[in-house]
Amino acid sequence: MKSYLPPEYIVYRDHERCTRCQACIEQCTYETHYYDVKDDKIYSRDNNCTNCQRCVVFCPTNAISILKNPNTFRENANWTQEAILAVKKQAETGGVILAGMGCDKPFFTIWDRLVLNASQVTNPSIDPLREPMEIRTYLGSKPDCLEFEYNNNDVALMTKVAPQLCLETPIMFSALSYGAVSLNVHESLARAAAECGTYFNTGEGGLNSKLYGYGDHAIVQVASGRFGVYKQYLDVGAAIEIKIGQGAKPGIGGHLPGEKVTEDISRTRMIPVGTDALSPAPQHDIYSIEDLRQLIYALKEATDYSKPVSVKIAAVHNSAAIASGIVRAGADIIALDGVRGGTGAAPRVIRDNVGIPIEFAIAAVDQRLRDEGIRNKASIVAAGGIRSSADIVKAIALGSDAVYIGTAALVAIGCTVCQRCYTGRCPWGIATTDPKLSRRIDPKVASKRLVNLLLAWSSEIKEIMGGMGINAIESLRGNRLHLRAVGLTEAECRILGVKMVGE
Amino acid sequence: MVVRFLFFHTRNFLGWTELYSLFTLNNRYGDDKDFDGCAIFGMMNLQGKRFPSREPVRAISNMHERGNGLGGGFALYGLYPEHEDDYAFHIMYLNKEAKEKIEKLLHKSFEVIGCEEIPTKKANVLNPPKVWRYFVQPIVEKMSTKTADDYVLEKVMRINTETGKAFVLSSGKNMGVFKGVGYPYDISEFFCLEEYEAYMWICHSRFPTNTPGWWGGAHPFNILDWSVVHNGELSSYGINRDFLEMHGYKCTMRTDTEVLAYAFDLLMRKQKLPISVVSSIIAAPFWDDIDKMEPKQAEIFRALRQTYGSLLMNGPFSVIVARHGEMIGLTDRIKLRPLSAGIRGDFFYLSSEESAIRLVSPFLDKSWNPRGGEPVVARLKIGKLVEVLAK
Amino acid sequence: MGYAEELVADIGQKFLSRVMPKGSIYSVEASGLHYRDLNTLLRALGNNGAKKIEVHNIYGQRYIGTGFDQKIIVELFGTPGNDLGAFMSGPKIFVHGNAQDCCGNTMDGGLIVVHGHVGDIAGYSMRDGKLFVRDDVGYRAGIHMKEYRDKQPALVVGGTAGDFLGEYMAGGVILVLGLNSENEKFRARYVGTGMHGGIIFVRGEMSNLMSGVKALEANEEDMKFVEGLVREFCFYFGLDVDDALDGKFTKITPVNLRPYGNLYAY
Repeated sequence: MKSYLPPEYIVYRDHERCTRCQACIEQCTYETHYYDVKDDKIYSRDNNCTNCQRCVVFCPTNAISILKNPNTFRENANWTQEAILAVKKQAETGGVILAGMGCDKPFFTIWDRLVLNASQVTNPSIDPLREPMEIRTYLGSKPDCLEFEYNNNDVALMTKVAPQLCLETPIMFSALSYGAVSLNVHESLARAAAECGTYFNTGEGGLNSKLYGYGDHAIVQVASGRFGVYKQYLDVGAAIEIKIGQGAKPGIGGHLPGEKVTEDISRTRMIPVGTDALSPAPQHDIYSIEDLRQLIYALKEATDYSKPVSVKIAAVHNSAAIASGIVRAGADIIALDGVRGGTGAAPRVIRDNVGIPIEFAIAAVDQRLRDEGIRNKASIVAAGGIRSSADIVKAIALGSDAVYIGTAALVAIGCTVCQRCYTGRCPWGIATTDPKLSRRIDPKVASKRLVNLLLAWSSEIKEIMGGMGINAIESLRGNRLHLRAVGLTEAECRILGVKMVGE
Repeated sequence: MVVRFLFFHTRNFLGWTELYSLFTLNNRYGDDKDFDGCAIFGMMNLQGKRFPSREPVRAISNMHERGNGLGGGFALYGLYPEHEDDYAFHIMYLNKEAKEKIEKLLHKSFEVIGCEEIPTKKANVLNPPKVWRYFVQPIVEKMSTKTADDYVLEKVMRINTETGKAFVLSSGKNMGVFKGVGYPYDISEFFCLEEYEAYMWICHSRFPTNTPGWWGGAHPFNILDWSVVHNGELSSYGINRDFLEMHGYKCTMRTDTEVLAYAFDLLMRKQKLPISVVSSIIAAPFWDDIDKMEPKQAEIFRALRQTYGSLLMNGPFSVIVARHGEMIGLTDRIKLRPLSAGIRGDFFYLSSEESAIRLVSPFLDKSWNPRGGEPVVARLKIGKLVEVLAK
Repeated sequence: MGYAEELVADIGQKFLSRVMPKGSIYSVEASGLHYRDLNTLLRALGNNGAKKIEVHNIYGQRYIGTGFDQKIIVELFGTPGNDLGAFMSGPKIFVHGNAQDCCGNTMDGGLIVVHGHVGDIAGYSMRDGKLFVRDDVGYRAGIHMKEYRDKQPALVVGGTAGDFLGEYMAGGVILVLGLNSENEKFRARYVGTGMHGGIIFVRGEMSNLMSGVKALEANEEDMKFVEGLVREFCFYFGLDVDDALDGKFTKITPVNLRPYGNLYAY
């Protein structure tokens, strides 16, 4: 059947600058560029270009630009270019359209409608360069009260505080499964987490034994496919996360296309090489809230109650009620993943239409847990499209204890969010398990980039906090008075618990 | 004694203090509906011989991992033999004004033969309301063309929507519901259930995620002599409720289980459909299976689904539905929730977990796990078990 | 200190009174004991060199055997609760009674033998080890079983199984013998839905076959493998091997490795 789809991007090459070094051909994994011997020119197959920008960066003479194809259908606010192309593609394939990364539609980012406070006159701001500024955070269940025993002058703590995770900065690396990303990426995240005193999440693909040394900084995930889940895996991690859902695809299971299931993935996940690694939509032993409790305690039993158990859910309509149930079921940490959350592969229609923005979810969950008097029983971690340190500060002010970054971490090591992760041919060597491509990420260098990002953001967080007159993150957490809303409706303000600017 | 975990905070959520509206009372967070995970248990003497609370309470307490202490309840059948023919109303009141108003209503519509506060004793339950029982008969002149049952149904709906602070816990003859916020064992202590005997007990232990202080949200849900205990969540609740409201039922408890009680009343009592048909409405077979049936059978099932599609209960569920002389167990058509059945001599058991049955009856003549979507029915008059009714 | 040591240190007397050594076997009285205490006690006994433990009067305690990796024999009398042997890899557990849901959940080794039936979700995500059930299993048995090289889990059922048997299976073996339903076709639906690895054997014929799996008659080589497993199964239950192998066996395998390969547009 002839394809009716025009190319999305046009490769523009300045042939005078081009030195025919063929670096672009070498770097591209989609066979976009080719060398014509007769013409001694390099040409491009525009249809293959994904705008990953690899060739642009590696061209020594900056000869290449990737342009959005100016050739569009007639302007139509309802029948947009994307809508028309999607229908044609489905007519050609009968298939579900996949996409990578997170929802890219407008309207869902509330961070940009919130502004932060600064202290003036009545309260001095604090200079983080010269004065202490504390951003250490502990994640886990905190007791309602502490009991002490007093013996003459000796005081002994009687209450046993549940196991906690200690984060030197409130930023953790979100779940990126081994299979969706390469082992080198996993190693980079592990090293950076270890160096910065924070944690990375193994995602649902298990943990390669090479990385067991970083177990103290690993949150090991137990997802519906139970890939790589066995006692040693549970013992190695610092915490266990039960994945119920993720923001990019609430309600459906995980996809790892067969292209990405290599020998090593096969070994870690215990499925045949080349098969699609599908995680079932629900965890098949969790069909009701009491079943979640059953699994939480099964994991606690299996690890002798020595580490926190986290439950990750996608932010959906009744997240607040679900979160309340999860806390009552015994979880120590709740991870909320908003509609902007990323993924290696998801049906585009679900990625863009299912789920709610994380800002509302944090506010609703935090408020509900406080109303029920159980906020201390679990920490909240927010995820889903955190792009800057300002987003992090706002997330904490709305009520979360820490954040997970996924897309931002990958962007730091080279990703340009071209959304083609599902092809397994990521030219940056990130979202691929191809051994040759994976080598494009050197864990030593990539982990340095991640450490730089965390350092930079931590500094910015401290600056913002200092500007607010706070020197400890506990004073920012859930403190909505430091936020004001611009351009939000009254209902939105009410749900967020934030006043309008000027109030 | 089994160790209990108390997850709820001991702060006062409700007291005798005023609450603003029906909406806020039932659903303080404005959730679409309450949903909960739970444990269910049913025990019936097939000869109609009454027995005390000890074994049902032991069994439901054994499944305490499935609940979190924020709801427990019991429905007892054969409870008031000296008032066999009177409707026994159990009504809960949140303040004095509501009681006065409702009692006025009762006296206007019914002949009130007896009334008293249900005796209680101190127990580990959260903010108990006052619960009264009344033995009543409809005033014949006011019934017009309605049957007694329909008259009672209408008045119950009226009471539930009248004040926002009074709710009918049960309205059947010779039966009663005792429920509230607490572990089942504590609820049974609070209501002094050890003083009662019944030939059929259905019990529930709740794990709610909403309205932790709301006594009306506990199970069993009841209308006339139908009682339902439910484990699971009805993802079809919105449309189930709308369909039932079209037929005159008011869903005031904002808990999905309520629609199950009303659905059974509508289909089995009003429309006189047998249980095999009703289960094919509530746990309807897949279209693929209907297409494979014999033409005559297929026509029936197709018509059922076309007409009653809005009562298809979607989502995981296992329920025990009881009315005089009959106890029915049913799960959703792809069996997402557990249900075990057992018989020992004259006793029939249904339970979320088999171990609870074994605890009170270690030896069973027969024990099995029913198939998804197929009802298990035990009937009293015939005195024998009617097993799985084949489709 | 782990919970186990604390428990033994603080309340040693209270629980030790429940333990009676009978020669090299420890007998534990479980009635009224919470699962956390029971499991800690069993683990403590295992760590202290017990080779065989009998547990009596079990009514619904969960997670028995969870996280156990000692090579120890455990005989359970009563009805163990959900998640029996979850994440387990080592012990041999014999249940003299019925078990409930999630038996052998994510099991990684060892053996569970149930002299009765089990509930739903048996053997979910099993990675190794054997689960033998004398009577029926419920719905969704053997979902997403996996294998790798010498890690080959097996689920053998003497009776019948419910719908969604072997859903998403990626490895391992399920064997359904139907010994209590002679001459009846195996009527579970959605068997092997999403299967992309592993094998399901059913004694007799199937009445509901999914597209995406192919059902063939088991050949000689298959039967040699089945026989080995059946012998072991019959040994534990005192059943007759010839009866169990009587008749033709159906072998169900995935049609291709990528049952949903055509579902997506790239």
